[in-house]
Amino acid sequence: MITVEKLTKRYGETTVVDEVSFTVERGSITVIVGTSGSGKSTLLRMINRLIEPSSGRVLLDGRDTRSEPAHLLRRRIGYVIQGHGLFPHRTVAENIATVPRLLGWQEARIEARVRELLTVFSLDPAVYAQALPHQLSGGQQQRVGVARALAAEPVVLLMDEPFGALDPIIRAKAQDDLLDIQGRFGTTVVLVTHDMDEAFRLGDRVAVMSGGKLLQYDRPAELLVHPADPFVSRMTGLAERAMRLLSLITAGEAALPGAAEGPAVAPTATLREVLSELVWSGADAARVVDADGTVRGRLTVAAILARGAP
Amino acid sequence: MDPLGVVLVAAGAAALLFLPFVVFKSNRIVPGNPCTLAQVLPAWGAFGCAAALALAGGGALWATNARVRLLLALLGVVAVGAAAAAAGDALTPPGDRIVRIAPGGAFWVLIVCLGLLATDATTRMRPKPAVRVLFLALSLAVVGLALARGTFDHLSVMREYAVNATRFAHEARRHLELAFGSLAAAVVIALPLGVLCHRKPRLKPGILGTLNVIQTIPAIALFGILMAPLGALAAAVPLAERLGIRGIGAAPAVVALFLYSLLPIVANTAAGLKRVSRAAVEAAHGMGMTDLQVLAGVELPLALPVILTGIRVVLVQNIGMVTVAALIGGGGLGAFVFQGIGQTAIDLVLLGAIPIVTLAFAAALVLDALVEVLDVRETRQP
Amino acid sequence: MPRAATVLRLGALALLIAFLAKPQSFAPLFAPLAQYGAPPIYDQGNLLSLALAQLGTVCLAAAASTLVAVGLGVLVTRPSGAQFLPLSRTLVNIGQTFPPVAVLAVAVPLVGFGEKPTLIALFAYGLLPIFENTLVGLKTVPGAVLEAASGMGMSARQRLLAVELPLAMPLILEGVRLSLVINVGTATIGSTVAAKGLGEVIIAGLLSSNTAFILQGGLVTGLMAILLYDGMAALERRLLRSVALD
Repeated sequence: MITVEKLTKRYGETTVVDEVSFTVERGSITVIVGTSGSGKSTLLRMINRLIEPSSGRVLLDGRDTRSEPAHLLRRRIGYVIQGHGLFPHRTVAENIATVPRLLGWQEARIEARVRELLTVFSLDPAVYAQALPHQLSGGQQQRVGVARALAAEPVVLLMDEPFGALDPIIRAKAQDDLLDIQGRFGTTVVLVTHDMDEAFRLGDRVAVMSGGKLLQYDRPAELLVHPADPFVSRMTGLAERAMRLLSLITAGEAALPGAAEGPAVAPTATLREVLSELVWSGADAARVVDADGTVRGRLTVAAILARGAP
Repeated sequence: MDPLGVVLVAAGAAALLFLPFVVFKSNRIVPGNPCTLAQVLPAWGAFGCAAALALAGGGALWATNARVRLLLALLGVVAVGAAAAAAGDALTPPGDRIVRIAPGGAFWVLIVCLGLLATDATTRMRPKPAVRVLFLALSLAVVGLALARGTFDHLSVMREYAVNATRFAHEARRHLELAFGSLAAAVVIALPLGVLCHRKPRLKPGILGTLNVIQTIPAIALFGILMAPLGALAAAVPLAERLGIRGIGAAPAVVALFLYSLLPIVANTAAGLKRVSRAAVEAAHGMGMTDLQVLAGVELPLALPVILTGIRVVLVQNIGMVTVAALIGGGGLGAFVFQGIGQTAIDLVLLGAIPIVTLAFAAALVLDALVEVLDVRETRQP
Repeated sequence: MPRAATVLRLGALALLIAFLAKPQSFAPLFAPLAQYGAPPIYDQGNLLSLALAQLGTVCLAAAASTLVAVGLGVLVTRPSGAQFLPLSRTLVNIGQTFPPVAVLAVAVPLVGFGEKPTLIALFAYGLLPIFENTLVGLKTVPGAVLEAASGMGMSARQRLLAVELPLAMPLILEGVRLSLVINVGTATIGSTVAAKGLGEVIIAGLLSSNTAFILQGGLVTGLMAILLYDGMAALERRLLRSVALD
C-alpha cells in the first residue's frame, strides 16, 4: 500500500506538484493522467525519490520512504520509463539481472529469475538472453524493460509513459501483457500517461492531474458519472462518455438471466463491443456464451443503453 | 582503366626514368653520385625488379580485385626493398665503413606510390579492425626480421644506426616513456575533470577555455617556461630533485606534454558522457544504482569509444611532440633529428624520423581499431 | 558576458601591439626573470618584424593549404572524382599521424635551410583539418537543396559555386581556423632550421637559460594564436548567420 500525503514540489516560485494526497491499494493499478506539464511525472518520481519532495511524505506499507537511503529504496521499487532505457552495452540477461546483482543475489537464483521472466514475456531465453538491446524490436525492448523492472520481485512498479513510444497495435498487446503480468504477480502498479483510453483500460483507479493539483482520484466510472471538475469532464471527453462508460462493463457482469436468439458474445467482451456487434448485425439481443459453450445469459439493446446513462 | 592506377603508374615510371634509385656518397657529408637501377644491379636483378614493378603497375591499371591489387603492390614493395638492399651490398667495397649508399628519389617515390596503391586496396577491402591490426603486426614483423637479418645493413640509415645502436635503444625507450608517461598522468587527471564538466555544466567553459589557452602556447616555449619553476622546485625541495625533477631534461617535457594532453581527453570525456542515452541513466538511477555505480557501470562504459578517440589524438600528438623535447635535453628520438639537422646529415634525421612516424602510425591504427570494436555495439541504438 | 569577452579580446590585442611596438617599456616586468645581468628583452632582432615574419609564413602556408585542400575536397566529391574519396579519407588520417617536426626535418635536405622547409611542413600539416572539414561540409549539404538547385536549372558548376560552397563555408572556415592556430605554434619550431620567427627568441632563451626570452616568444605566439582563433570564430559566426544554418 502506498500513501501519499500532501506531497509538494516547488522549483523556486513555481509549484509543480501542489499538496497531492491519495492512497494506492495493494495489488491494484492506479493510473495518473494529465496533460504535459501537469506534474504527473514529477509526482511519480517523488514516490521513488528520483525527485525529493519539497514537503509532504510518502508511506510505503506504512513506512516513510525517507527512513532509508534513496538508492536502497529504489531497489525495492520497479521503474519503467518511456523509451525503455535499456543499457545498450549489456545483454538482455545482464540488463534484467541489474537489480538482483545490486542486491547481491546468488548467481543461480539470478539466472533462474532471468529465465522465468523471459519466458513469462514470451522471449525464448535461448535466443534472447545473450542478445544486445539493439538487436531487438521496439516491442521486445519494451518487454525487456518491464522484465528488468520486475526482476527483484518489487512490491511496487512505477511506470512513466511506458508504452508511449510504441505503435498502436504493439501498444495494445503491451497493455494486455501488463494486465496479465499484474494479475500473475499481484504487483501494485502506478502508471503515468496522457492517454485517457489507456487510463480507462488499465486503471482500477484514475488520478486526474492539472496544474500540479490532483483534481479527482476515483474509479473510472465515477470520473465519467460524477466528474469533480469541468477539466475532468473535458479530459474524459464529453462526446464519448456514454461509450467510455459502456467499455468499463463486461458482458458477463451485465448479463440478464434467460436465453435469447442473436449473435453470441464472450463474457469478457465489453458492453461497447456488444452494442457495436448488435448495431452491425441488426439484432435486438445477444447471447452471452462461455468459451465452453454454456450460455451465461442475454443482453438486449435496451439493457445496454440503460447501463450507458449515469 | 583505373584512374588512380594511371596517376600512380605515371609518377612511378617518371621517377624511375628521371630520378636516381640510390645515391653513392664517398663519405657521410659530401654530395653523392646518382645511380640508376640498371647501373647498380646485375642484369638479372634489375630485370627481376623491373618485372615485379611492371606487374604491380599492371595490377594498378587493370586489376579490379582489391586482394590482387594489394598482393601486387606488396610484391612491388618487396622488390624495391630488395633492390635497394642489393644495391647497398653491391656498391659497398668489402669491409668499408665510410661510403654511404642512400636510397634516392626514385626509391622514395616508388615506395610512396606502392604504399598508396596498397592503402587504396586495403581501403577497398574494408577489413575488420582485428584484421587491420594483424596486418600491421605482420608488416612490422617482416620489416623487423629483415632489419635483424642485416638485409639493409649497407644502406646509409642503417649505417647511422650501427654507429648509434646503444644510444638508439636508449632514446627510443625514453621516447616511449615520455609519450606514454605523460598520457597516463593526463588520463588520471583528465577523466575526473571531464566528469566534472559533464556534471557541472557551469564549470565547463572555464575549464575548457583554460585548457584551450594552454594549447596555443608553442611547445618549445612551454618546455622553456616550465624549466625555471621546476629548477626552482628542485633547488628548494631536495626530495623533488631525488625524484628526478630538474629544470632541464625530462621533467619539463613530461609536464608540458601532460598539459597539452588534458584538453582532448577532458573535452572528449564530457562529449562522450553527453552522448550517453538519458533514458539509460535515468533507468539506472531509478533501479537504485548509486551515483558511483551509474558512472562506472553505465556512463563511462558507454562514453568509452569517444574517450578513447580523445586518447588516440593525445597519444599520436605526444609521440610527435616528444621529438621537440630533445631541444631542452629531454632526450627521445628527436635527439637524432635535431643532431641530424645540425650536421646536415639527412641519414641521422631519418634515423630519428622514420621510427617516430612508424610509432605514431601504429598507435593510431591500433587505437582506431579498438574504438571501432567498442563503438559497434553501442552506436546502433534504435 | 559577451561584452566582457570583447573587452578582454581588445585588451589582449592592445597589449600585443604595445609590446611589439615598444618592447623596452616592458623591461621592468621581465627583469626579474633574466638572471646574471642578461638583457630582459630580446635584443638580437626586432620583435615586431619577427612576429610579422612568422605571421606571414603561417598565412602563406594556410593560403596554400586552403587552396589545395578545398580544391581536392571539391574534386573528390564530384561524381568523376568519387573514386578517390575513400583513399583520400585514409590519407587524411595517415597524414595526421605525421609529426610536423619530422616533416620539417625531412624537408631540409630537399630544399635547404630557411623559410622553405617551414612552409612545406606547415602547408602539409595545415592541409588535413581543412580537407576533412571541406569534405564534411560538402557532404552534409541537404539533398533536398541540391535537388532544388538542379530542378531550377543550375548547371553543376553553378550549383557548386552558388549553393554547395556557400553552405559548406562555415565548416571550411573552421578547418582553416584550426590549421592556422596549430601552425602559429608549430611555426616556432621552424627556427631550428633558420626560419625567421619568434622561435628564434625562444631558442635564444633556451641556449642562454634566459626565461625572459622564452616567455616573450611564447606569450607573443600564444596571444597571436588566440587572437587569430577568436577573429576567425567571429567571422564564422557572421557567416553562419548569413547562411542561417545551425
